[in-house]
Amino acid sequence: MISLLRTMGLTFLHMFRKRETIQYPEEKVVLHPRWRGRIVLTRDPDMGERCVGCYLCAAACPVDCISLQATEDENGRRYPEFFRINFSRCIFCGYCEEACPTYAIQLIPDFEMGEYNRQNLVYEKEDLLINSEGKYPGYNYYKVAGLAAGVKGKGEGENEEPPVDIRSLIP
Amino acid sequence: MPLAVIIMAIIYIDKKPFEAKAGKNLLETCLTLGFNLPYFCWHPAMGSVGACRQCAVRLYKDENDTTGRLVMSCMEGIRDNMYVSLDDPVARDFRSQNMEWLMTNHPHDCAVCDEGGSCHLQDMTVMTGHSYRRFRYPKRTYKNQYLGPFINHEMNRCIQCYRCVRFYKDYAGGKDLDVFAAHDHVYFGREKDGILENEFSGNLAEVCPTGVFTDKTLKQHYTRKWDMTMAPSICQHCSLGCNIIAGERYGELRQITSRYNSEVNGYFICDRGRFGYEFVNDVTRIQQPLIRNGNTGQSLFENLKTVLSAGKMIGIGSPRATLEANFALRQLVGKQNFYQGIPEHEACLIQTVLETSNGGHVHTPSLSETEQADVVLILGEDPTNSAPRLALALRQAVRKKPLDNASQANIPAWHDAALRELIQDEKGELFVAYPIETKLDELAAGTFRAAPDDIARLGFAIADCLSDAAPIPLRMDDHVLETARNIAAVLQKAERPLIVSGTSLHNVDVIKAAFNIALALQTDQRKAALCFTLPECNSVGLGMMHAPSLDTAMEDVDADTIVILENDLYRRGAKQAIDGFLAKFKNIIVLDHLHHATTGKATILLPVATFAEGEGTLVNNEGRAQRFFQVFMPKNENIRESWRWLDEFHQFCQGKMPDELNELDHLLEELVTVMPQFKGVETVAPPSGFRINGQRIPREPHRFSGRTSMQANVAVSEPKPPEDTDSPLSYTMEGYRGIPPAPLIPFYWSPGWNSGQSLHKYQIEVGGPLHGGDPGKRLFHEDLVSKAGFQDNIPCAFKPHNGETVFVPVSHIFGSDELSVYSPSVTSRTPKPYVMIGRQDAARLQVTEGDLLNVRIGGVAMDLPVKGSDALPEGLAGIPFNLPSMPGLSWPCKGTLTLLKP
Ligand code: SF4
Ligand code: SF4
Ligand code: SF4
Ligand code: SF4
Ligand code: FES
Repeated sequence: MISLLRTMGLTFLHMFRKRETIQYPEEKVVLHPRWRGRIVLTRDPDMGERCVGCYLCAAACPVDCISLQATEDENGRRYPEFFRINFSRCIFCGYCEEACPTYAIQLIPDFEMGEYNRQNLVYEKEDLLINSEGKYPGYNYYKVAGLAAGVKGKGEGENEEPPVDIRSLIP
Repeated sequence: MPLAVIIMAIIYIDKKPFEAKAGKNLLETCLTLGFNLPYFCWHPAMGSVGACRQCAVRLYKDENDTTGRLVMSCMEGIRDNMYVSLDDPVARDFRSQNMEWLMTNHPHDCAVCDEGGSCHLQDMTVMTGHSYRRFRYPKRTYKNQYLGPFINHEMNRCIQCYRCVRFYKDYAGGKDLDVFAAHDHVYFGREKDGILENEFSGNLAEVCPTGVFTDKTLKQHYTRKWDMTMAPSICQHCSLGCNIIAGERYGELRQITSRYNSEVNGYFICDRGRFGYEFVNDVTRIQQPLIRNGNTGQSLFENLKTVLSAGKMIGIGSPRATLEANFALRQLVGKQNFYQGIPEHEACLIQTVLETSNGGHVHTPSLSETEQADVVLILGEDPTNSAPRLALALRQAVRKKPLDNASQANIPAWHDAALRELIQDEKGELFVAYPIETKLDELAAGTFRAAPDDIARLGFAIADCLSDAAPIPLRMDDHVLETARNIAAVLQKAERPLIVSGTSLHNVDVIKAAFNIALALQTDQRKAALCFTLPECNSVGLGMMHAPSLDTAMEDVDADTIVILENDLYRRGAKQAIDGFLAKFKNIIVLDHLHHATTGKATILLPVATFAEGEGTLVNNEGRAQRFFQVFMPKNENIRESWRWLDEFHQFCQGKMPDELNELDHLLEELVTVMPQFKGVETVAPPSGFRINGQRIPREPHRFSGRTSMQANVAVSEPKPPEDTDSPLSYTMEGYRGIPPAPLIPFYWSPGWNSGQSLHKYQIEVGGPLHGGDPGKRLFHEDLVSKAGFQDNIPCAFKPHNGETVFVPVSHIFGSDELSVYSPSVTSRTPKPYVMIGRQDAARLQVTEGDLLNVRIGGVAMDLPVKGSDALPEGLAGIPFNLPSMPGLSWPCKGTLTLLKP
């Protein structure tokens, strides 16, 4: 009996608490930057495509909803020829972002992707690629990788010695 | 091989006793026993040099020793009562620190490195526990080189294991890859940018444990190993039938790697086989059935039915089509109407080869046995260009011969560094008789350059020196006799002599002479080995069907309909003759996958599956039947295996309608009943109903990605994976994950071993046969079945004839094979047409390199630039064999050369 009254009392008191319910969509939800929502492909500081087509996100994806094909430009820089995410399968686990060695793929605080037609949830590269560095500004994979792909020459990257003179035998 | 008595030793690894074979090294023994011990520089086919220091273990003096010392397991032979520890903390730390040192200069490249996902360095890094980098200082860098259309170079990734140069120079005899600079700056590359010349350069991609050397054709449509759908396959580009793994992604064939078969290709394949696959992806492939001059209002079935039921029908088989396809065609048209799709002369050559190899008199060696020969005679063949992997095997024979004496020096067979020191430049004896220079000449103890007939005469003379029963060639030149005597003397002393010959020169007497030598060498103690190379991947299979040749069909056939199976007749004879032949038929049904001159004549053209899209059986040069499996489903349902089409025709003829067709199931059983000479082919691979624990064997690795997205652009609901009704392999990543039977291994993978190095888990012992025995079944008889003894009809000596030139076909590894030249990488290595003439003829005709000569052969005329040869004897001229840009010729041929007035 006492517990019954106590419960009713508590419920009554809630009427004077701050409201959790918001008037969506007029009022927007406040999301944290690391909230895992819609996936985007970001760009380098020099606005080149960040994704190098390494397939790691696709391999990490537990529902296998990422597929892509890597290709190269004339400098040997790799980028995805196509990049497709089937959001009707995506579970927004963020594994792809975690696997990505270049910070290219990022989950952003946006969940407003509802569609009437499931086919519209298939996003291609045009739909994914944004003109921003996203959450990780300043990082350029090609500056730290050894490969020379038009971003820097051999030995010009961060923490690299100039190329070895292979005709030299000097210790 | 000197019969080594296998002595078993007991060794103690981390205090547990194990049985091990003496004569092996500790590293391979540990791997055989299932331990995961990291290594880099040791390679099962190349032995140990102890360069990378990665395979350290702790070795104790005896049971009571607790201190022990660190040793490199690859440099330690197995002894009885050996006490070692892999788990010892000191050894572990050593391995982990060694790895860390190797990684200090290794770039952060994995994401853009084609090796990633099948990288031995990645695997070993994880295995040693070095998962996080501590090194924060500058890394060494190198400039890369352009190495041609096959191999990509990214030198930053090198860990100085020396495997590349050891393979390229020591194993494959390459001259243009080396190590430069010094200390921690060593560089592996060419003297300057340029195409890697060696025919086996593609193996660098597999031998190099890192991403320094990678497959450039894969790079153009890059796919990680884990994303490929793979199946066990057989190379289609020469008669050796090397085992390969073919991988597909998004409906395109992406990569060929070697598939281990201890009796055939071992660990390696040639560049034609590795890079010749892109014909499968050719955009000009035949995609849909085509009906010309038919009733276009009718369906394909109605048209076919009208044609198939109208009058007499003949079938032309093909040496590049499977056994199943040729047999299905034979069933369709009837035994008496089935013809081999090759000229009479070639059919006769192959028949001779089959009679000699199949007679039980001489031993037909497997490819791996050829590596064990102590004296080799190559009679009228250029293996480097006609059967490349054989040339690599012969190199090993020559290289290994001096090692016979090494056992006296007490050096184990795996100790590569010491053996090289011991044998220095010593070589086994190899003799080459061929009209022009060949690549193997550099190893030869003697070369003999002559016209094909004279090569045959030399062979007959050698046989005559070896045996009194052999026929005697008359009127021999003294110096030729002298050569014959010398070669005979060396052969006579050999324990494991090997005669290599083949069909390249289109000379039947050469083949007979080779047989005579082998027969003359045969004694009770010694079985002489005789190895022939043949023109195409299923030449033997087709030959074993004993059908009449194309010429017979051309001479006396009167029929309304001709069915041509995967065969471009215009490559097999002069255009005029083929034109005339095809004009006789009202209906020409052609089945093929690529357009060529013959498909241009078809009234009904049907698209068929390539080796990657279908399943079938081929018989290689040693009579080994081998099965290849479908790698991926063809683009549309009209592209199907030839045998499926032909069997359906057969059913149509019996009055079945398209919806009543029976699935084909027992074609091979039927084949064996009709032609018992093929007994055994039905057992080369497990049947389609085979399951392990009720499971199929998956074609896709378990990490295969993109299943719910690959086809989402077409329709968001995933289609059901295709079902394979013909084999126990599945088109998914689910299924049996253990080690499947050897003929069904779609790829190599084992926990912790993502690269191809995981292969040792599939072998009974490192370097030995695969679990359950290597795939393939020999169909040749090894017991005596024929009475035929020495062959005679020795040809007359060749005499240059004024005004008439005898042409010899010059095979090219890149160019002479019909299908591989459709690969852009191979096309770029294909020579331009030329005519090769010797010094005397060049002087007589007053021409120099590059001048145009008018070449007339029968009705065919071509203007070809001159290529000089120091070796080619007078009266002969060489013409590249079967280049796609040259008209078809009927070999052997004679003709004239005239200088074109500028
Ligand atoms: S992991 Fe990153 S770089 Fe690699 S394919 Fe995915 S998005 Fe591109
Ligand atoms: S060689 Fe291996 S470890 Fe090195 S970058 Fe390539 S994939 Fe990574
Ligand atoms: S290039 Fe590759 S095979 Fe050669 S030494 Fe370097 S890592 Fe070893
Ligand atoms: S040797 Fe012949 S069968 Fe072997 S890989 Fe080369 S072309 Fe293919
Ligand atoms: S594998 Fe033993 S030292 Fe390299």
